[in-house]
Amino acid sequence: MKLSPSWISDFVDLPVDFARLADELTLSGVAVEGISGEGDNTVFEMEITTNRPDAMNHYGVAREASALYDVPLKPLDIKLPSFQGKSDITIDIQDPELCPRFTAREIRGVTIKPSPSNIANRLQLLGHKAINNAVDATNYVLWESGKPTHVFDLDLLEGRKLIIRKARSGERLKTLDGVERELSTEDLVVADAAKPVGLAGVMGGFDTMITEKTKNILIESAWWDPVTVRRMSKRHGIHTDASHRFERGADFESTVPSTNRVAQLILASGGGALIGEAIDVIARKIDLAPVEVDLREVRRVLGEKLNALEVMRILTRLGFPVLAGREESYLVHIPSWRLDVEREIDVIEEIARLHGYDKFASTLPPYSGEVRELPDAEKNDRTRSSLLALGYNETISLTFISKEDARLFSTSSELDLENPLSEEASAMRTSLVPGMLDMLAYNLHRSCDSVRLFESGNVFEASGAKALQSKSIALGLTGKIDDALTAGLAAGAASRQLSFFDLKGDVETMLAPFSHWTLYYDSQAPAYFHPGRSARAILDGTTVAQFGQIHPQIAEERKLKQEVFVAEIFLDRLYQHDLRQILYEPLPRFPAVERDFSFVFDDDVRFEKIYASVFGLSILELRSFVPVEIFRGEKVGAGKYSLLLRATLQSDVRTLRDDEVALWAEKITVALNALGGVRRA
Amino acid sequence: MAYSVRKLTDFSAPSLDAASSELASALSQASAGIQSEAEFKIFRDYWMGRKGGVLTHLNDLWLKASPGPNKRDVGQRVNELKKKVEQAVESTLARIQTGESAGKLAAESLDITLPGIRRPIGAEHPVIKTMNEIVRVFRNLGYSIEEGPEIETDFYNFESLNFPPNHPARDTQDTIFIAGQDSKPQRDRLLLRTHTSPVQIRTMQKMKPPVRVVCPGKVHRNDAADATHSPVFHQVEGLAVDTNITFCDLKGTVDHAMKALFGSSVKTRFYPSFFPFTEPSADVQISCIFCDGKGVRDGGPCRNCKASGWIELLGCGMVDPNVYGFVDYDAAKISGFAFGMGVERIAILKYGVDDIQLFYHGDVRFLEQFS
Ligand SMILES: [Zn+2]
Repeated sequence: MKLSPSWISDFVDLPVDFARLADELTLSGVAVEGISGEGDNTVFEMEITTNRPDAMNHYGVAREASALYDVPLKPLDIKLPSFQGKSDITIDIQDPELCPRFTAREIRGVTIKPSPSNIANRLQLLGHKAINNAVDATNYVLWESGKPTHVFDLDLLEGRKLIIRKARSGERLKTLDGVERELSTEDLVVADAAKPVGLAGVMGGFDTMITEKTKNILIESAWWDPVTVRRMSKRHGIHTDASHRFERGADFESTVPSTNRVAQLILASGGGALIGEAIDVIARKIDLAPVEVDLREVRRVLGEKLNALEVMRILTRLGFPVLAGREESYLVHIPSWRLDVEREIDVIEEIARLHGYDKFASTLPPYSGEVRELPDAEKNDRTRSSLLALGYNETISLTFISKEDARLFSTSSELDLENPLSEEASAMRTSLVPGMLDMLAYNLHRSCDSVRLFESGNVFEASGAKALQSKSIALGLTGKIDDALTAGLAAGAASRQLSFFDLKGDVETMLAPFSHWTLYYDSQAPAYFHPGRSARAILDGTTVAQFGQIHPQIAEERKLKQEVFVAEIFLDRLYQHDLRQILYEPLPRFPAVERDFSFVFDDDVRFEKIYASVFGLSILELRSFVPVEIFRGEKVGAGKYSLLLRATLQSDVRTLRDDEVALWAEKITVALNALGGVRRA
Repeated sequence: MAYSVRKLTDFSAPSLDAASSELASALSQASAGIQSEAEFKIFRDYWMGRKGGVLTHLNDLWLKASPGPNKRDVGQRVNELKKKVEQAVESTLARIQTGESAGKLAAESLDITLPGIRRPIGAEHPVIKTMNEIVRVFRNLGYSIEEGPEIETDFYNFESLNFPPNHPARDTQDTIFIAGQDSKPQRDRLLLRTHTSPVQIRTMQKMKPPVRVVCPGKVHRNDAADATHSPVFHQVEGLAVDTNITFCDLKGTVDHAMKALFGSSVKTRFYPSFFPFTEPSADVQISCIFCDGKGVRDGGPCRNCKASGWIELLGCGMVDPNVYGFVDYDAAKISGFAFGMGVERIAILKYGVDDIQLFYHGDVRFLEQFS
């Protein structure tokens, strides 16, 4: 919103220059965001908060300046010629709740023409189009004192009457913007004897507007119910300078002066005669109740020892008449333009504002009490620091995904957005996976082909009428483990492609700190994973993670030109488990013995089975049994693989004898044979 | 080998002296000439070999051959010479061995100016890092930490924060709504929270004063993405409610926090603003950290503060008494303040980032700068 400081100084003798005025207005709460132009053409870009419609015009800001500098505010200059006769226009307010006051005034014999240059220039300086002397008069008054008004071509009104009523079903109105609008029975309209001629407080009607042919004018200035104006403005999608002010609350006492001021400007430029007095219908009086303010409360909230004299001076300067009451209590009368001041705290804010926020001391309140961390703080820290240590970069992606992705990457029912930014972002994410794939693709398309990312965030689903939110972490992994230079520097450290097992290892690292009875992996991962290279981690019977290579077809659809691996860890489920309590175990005192077993197995004999069967032998001294080498190829034969396994045996109480180790090795061999394993020569 | 043990006939002291020194000088000459392990073996065997070595000859030709009265003297001298030979053999071995390993080490040397092999460490996201820093500042002042849902009801995001239905202040929030809520009463309708302030209400509902909390989290606005806007961003809000909390306490707390975040020389400036849930309300500026509040940098106007010397950073105020009505607090007995700040905005200032979108792409070229 633009205002002219030169126009402001019509109403107040400013003791400071425009630049300082801008700064000091800002510090008292009427923010000037920018200044442009020079001299009389200086323009302030204002940022007036919602609660201060009274300051959205020049006179209102002049009033602020008058309070700020304690200099007199000049009255608005409203002089009218004497009127002739009596106007027979009647005003019929059928809904006093929504239209408590309606003022009208009739002018006859006007010449419609361009506005005089002083009016037009001021409007144009502030970016408003000059239209004609009658319409410009209403705009000028709006920017001068803040009251929206409207002018009708009186000869186009039927029945010499205005009725304020709810629209009837099926009624239509072509508004000033040329749009033919279907009215709802919720709409409040200004109507003549036959038809609606204006959408109350929002926009006038096209068919009754001022044209070059207009001779006789009816001026309207009303007070409209803010909520009603706001609803109509939303319903019809029209936001006007008028609706902006009415929905924030207009000055009830300004309907007559604004009508007169418009009449004065029209008569001055277009000639004509004023017919009768203002027709001022008050259907319901709106009085702003006085507010009781206690100095003790002022001090309790503000913490500064303001004395009665200071407070009285501030309020008086603001135009709030004050009456002393009992003890430190005062009765503050609220001027009609300050609809935002209704309670003691509202007055306290006015006192603080004019006293100057900078004048208040800075203190730190004393406090002794416990600091509560978030319940999962320790688990979150652990998870996050593990991932950072594993080389994953932390990311944040958008919370929205497409509806297709919401369904593709989750079985839960998605929450759609009423007013999405785009189709691709029209549902709340049901999974972190699509966002992760987008980020991996973003990097791959920029030639960054070795990438590790993680994102921790909420995913959402509909549950009846409610929205459920659950915490999740996604890991994304693609590319090589070492770059070419590394391979050259370290002997035998050739770079290699990251694989399923790199991701699985990282998932294992993430799960390891959490206490549990059982943890196993099955291959029932969702269909967007490669069916043979994906898994679920099941911790104490609950799926806590699913991970693997993204299905090649989905990777291709998303233009991922290399194998990408993604894990999703369901933190709400994982965090049901406590962090493992760490207990020290005595270090081994006797040497360990290793024995290797080289066997060929059929492909369907999985490691899990081998492991379980060997540990099923209940050899207490068996400390570990791990695969060391896996080989497939012609030498082994189709459908088979060769596996080198290493057993580590150790006792807590003595050095193992060769003969007992040989016996255990034989038992293990028998167990492997039982699985169809054939010892390699 | 030039040297061989002479047969002695004269066992007098001068004769023995002469023979001994002859042997010693031959020994040191021979030892000095040894250059390889192969030569050393020959050298060792020549002097110490059990069969036909110099020491064996000494025994035979000197000691055994000496007449009775001289035996003691000859024995002593032979022993001394034996020690000398052993020492010479030992030191020769040591010499050629170190000589050999020096050559080997030279061959193993590296170009230590090549870059090291790094095991990459993941980078903290600058926004989350900044958010954690803000939270830490307030935790040190005794604030607890609370979180709340990102999808909120109209009641928590608006009504209980003193945004009545149909209040124009709602327009400033650019809210994203969940679809299909029309059949519900307005206060139950779901939307994406536009600020973390609902967490303040949820906290006050579950606990009585004194309350001190900070609420970090993600919020959403219907803002199209550009260099300065994102539909997703993060806030940290704080709330302190107690008996005797004043506007001066709000000023002191915010000033302290800004100094903790941006350095002790930073100044704060408060001026009136409007938020439905606080009154009096204030916007806070900090003195520009790029030009030290001078408005001028490198001889021209400072771009970061538009030459004003100030940067707007957060909103705050005393909790509006209407809010206490929604959480059953007695507004006559307690008072409090609330403040809120955008995390991205602070991260942008701290790291000099020029496009907010960089935070949300997962671009490793950007992220790795923060590791
Ligand atoms: Zn600056």
